[in-house]
Amino acid sequence: MSESAVRIGLVLPDVLGTYSDSGNATVLCRRLHWREIPATITEFHYGEPVPAGLDLYLLGGGEDESQTLAAAHLREHRGLQSAAARGAVVFGVCAGLQLLGTGFGTTDGVRHEGLGLLDAETSPGDRRAVGEVVVQADQGLGAEPLTGFENHLGVTTLGRGSRPLGRVLAGTGNGDGTDGAVTGRVLATYLHGPVLARNPALADLLLGWVLGAPLPALPLAEVSALREERLRAGGHRG
Amino acid sequence: MLTPTRTRLAIAGARLAAATSRRFGLGNGGMIGGRVALKLDPRALSRLGRDRTVVLITGTNGKTTTALMLSRILQTLGPVALNADGANMPDGVLAALATNPLAPLAVLEVDENYVSAVADELRPACLVLLNLSRDQLDRMGEVRATERELRAVVSRLPSTTVVANCDDPLVTSAALAAARQVWVGAGQSWHADALACARCGQAILRDGTDWQCVCGFTRPAPLWTLDGDDLTTPGSSLPLDLQLPGRANAANAAMAVATAVHLGVPAETAIERVRSISAVAGRYRRAPVAGHSVRLLLAKNPAGWRETLPLLDSHTPVVIAVNSREADGRDMSWLWDVPFERLAGRPVVAAGERAMDLAVRLTYAEVPHTVARDPIAAVAALDGESVELVANYTAFRGVAQRMADE
Repeated sequence: MSESAVRIGLVLPDVLGTYSDSGNATVLCRRLHWREIPATITEFHYGEPVPAGLDLYLLGGGEDESQTLAAAHLREHRGLQSAAARGAVVFGVCAGLQLLGTGFGTTDGVRHEGLGLLDAETSPGDRRAVGEVVVQADQGLGAEPLTGFENHLGVTTLGRGSRPLGRVLAGTGNGDGTDGAVTGRVLATYLHGPVLARNPALADLLLGWVLGAPLPALPLAEVSALREERLRAGGHRG
Repeated sequence: MLTPTRTRLAIAGARLAAATSRRFGLGNGGMIGGRVALKLDPRALSRLGRDRTVVLITGTNGKTTTALMLSRILQTLGPVALNADGANMPDGVLAALATNPLAPLAVLEVDENYVSAVADELRPACLVLLNLSRDQLDRMGEVRATERELRAVVSRLPSTTVVANCDDPLVTSAALAAARQVWVGAGQSWHADALACARCGQAILRDGTDWQCVCGFTRPAPLWTLDGDDLTTPGSSLPLDLQLPGRANAANAAMAVATAVHLGVPAETAIERVRSISAVAGRYRRAPVAGHSVRLLLAKNPAGWRETLPLLDSHTPVVIAVNSREADGRDMSWLWDVPFERLAGRPVVAAGERAMDLAVRLTYAEVPHTVARDPIAAVAALDGESVELVANYTAFRGVAQRMADE
């Protein structure tokens, strides 16, 4: 971490905000404040330069046209890529996952170049995956099952340069029984919710990467109750 | 009006089904009745709509209110068939026409996803396009797909006038496919779903109320403009002075008045009729609940909440009830697009089947709150006389039903 405050970047929330993933920034910021660690959120919009000096970057979901606009903008203004190269944490959801990968296809049959921060290629599937998802995170990425809501057409295939976030227990995820992709400190998933509101352990994993040390526990009874409720709705027992 | 035997039998079947549904407390009857009729006669809609002046109203928010406003205005011309119960899928539309077979006018709200099914059969005189924004993404799909479908429907209706809010680029894109438009600058406070141009995918540029894209897609000049509380048109400016609160209702009134004037009602008469409305399908009215005076409000998506938050009295306790049944959408993520932070400083209760999602949202908004699943029990537990109760679709329906029963 370069400065005293953790600097969280919300990447193009005007185009990557369709599924309310901007809430992930609120969650991260509050979880730092409640532990008396200063944090700031910097939003940068379509058409604006992408700052390269932040600690953590968040990318959310969006519709085809918006995702294409976002990918073009981030390919041109390369702040995110240089930040990732020096070890900044990058977290993507849905369209965010797809555009962090090598490339993605839209329903009009066009393939768009991704940012190449993940070894993940996405093409449109036969039908939309919509509903509650439960994912068991792989070793080192969390012990508790992850809960979220997915809504996407894309099917994502990982290459050797990325490993999945975890194994799908209920729902669709990438489409091959896994969900998400991880390479170094770049992590992405198909789960909305927002996913960090429903999965505080994942939020703290990302913050631990930024701070270089695991964070102390922060029990919140309502979050636990929500997790229990959603895991049950996702068909997960126990 | 001559009705073919098959349609008459279909309507008789529909009435039986509706009565059965009501008797067994399964619903208000409109939907099931319409469903039976459509099964018995798939062309029933087109037959029942024949020889009437039909206006269809669609959009994400304001359908029920605008339909009520317009029906009140058009009653100055003659009897009006209206689906006042909010049953806005094809079966509900059909039920409204079947219960008023002789009304020469019909004002029908239609779910955004069913405009094609209804408009192709009814060939309306006017189609009113209010606004398009994210809502129930799991059921409706993405809002751009809805716009493309509406555009296709509109292009198939050469004799329909489209009355459209030109402050909404998505609505404008759909309406441009029409043979004739009445543009209304009704305003829009939610822009987050229309950054990418619906026509070319590039970014829409905004300058005050104007907007344009480099591809040439641009805001048309409105015939009617909502300017604060005044509705202006070349040569006149009329104060709305509504009983219904908020900017969104003024926008709904602007759309209703513009449509009515197009159909031959003088603007002054139209506005006077709209002014007389004080509640819409149970919304905005105050009612006694568990010893409190409760104002009931409906808000079911981020754009709707953006219009609702400024209406809430800053010292009055708020109960927020959210469900996630099929008609609400199963995905509750949208709660994070609502600036609930603004509720800090007053008692807040999270209620409804998804109360816990809301409670977590309020926790992260640092808004102190309590949780009570049952909205009525939530009201009962509060101090003070006055309470604001804001609910999404099925939660609202549940509360209204229980208030009617008590």
